Amino acid sequence: MTTNNTSGAVAAATLDTSGLLCPLPVYKAAMALKAMEQGEILELICTDPGSLADIPAFTRQRGDRLVEIDDRGTSQVFWIEKGTGA
Amino acid sequence: MTTATQPETATTTHESRTKRLALVASKGTLDQAYPPLILATTAVSLGWEVGIYFTFYGLDILHKDRFESLKVASLANPSGPLQVPNVVGAIPGATAVATKTMKRWMDNASMPTIPDFIDMARDLDVTFFACATTMGVMDVSESDLIEGCDIAGAAAFLDYAATADIQLFI
Repeated sequence: MTTNNTSGAVAAATLDTSGLLCPLPVYKAAMALKAMEQGEILELICTDPGSLADIPAFTRQRGDRLVEIDDRGTSQVFWIEKGTGA
Repeated sequence: MTTATQPETATTTHESRTKRLALVASKGTLDQAYPPLILATTAVSLGWEVGIYFTFYGLDILHKDRFESLKVASLANPSGPLQVPNVVGAIPGATAVATKTMKRWMDNASMPTIPDFIDMARDLDVTFFACATTMGVMDVSESDLIEGCDIAGAAAFLDYAATADIQLFI
């Protein structure tokens, strides 16, 4: 599933972590990014109440670029451009 | 909120140097086994290097015969899974019920089990230090531990922790 965003980011992969709590969204996102190339975009769907704080921290620490956040209240969609990390 | 937000990009704050997290896991109850493993798997997901020093009862988390059957007691644990008068926690079977309740909570929340977390952490190259003194005191041999543990004393762990960005005792 690829959802609309305002930045025009095109996701190379989508990961839906709905229903999962910390640390699983971050853990699974790291696994997904590991299989991707630098510059590719991961679309990450979260319902973890901590994700609005956690995912920006995750991308900041990894050195990825958080292209866009779509906060839908009970869920959030993040578009993450893979940086130079693993 | 239906409109997308443009977050501040934070690539400028990313450091190329790998950060290190050093944890001490000193408790061997089911509830206290989770925090070090959650922090460890999160930190490696952030690209950090992680080592956990399992000492005293925390060594049970690495013990082949024990790590799959860690328990949580209701007795003297007012925040525990069983909201009952403290004395009820002393009744035979109360610990089993509290443990079952906590496992059900975790399962309902799709949380990994402790063995799952151990596998995740090991696959991500988290270093498991097994406290040599605890092994001596509690008569635990290397063959009693799960695969891939580094047997180490306090000096070796402190040497590892000395260059860590974060050190936590749990």
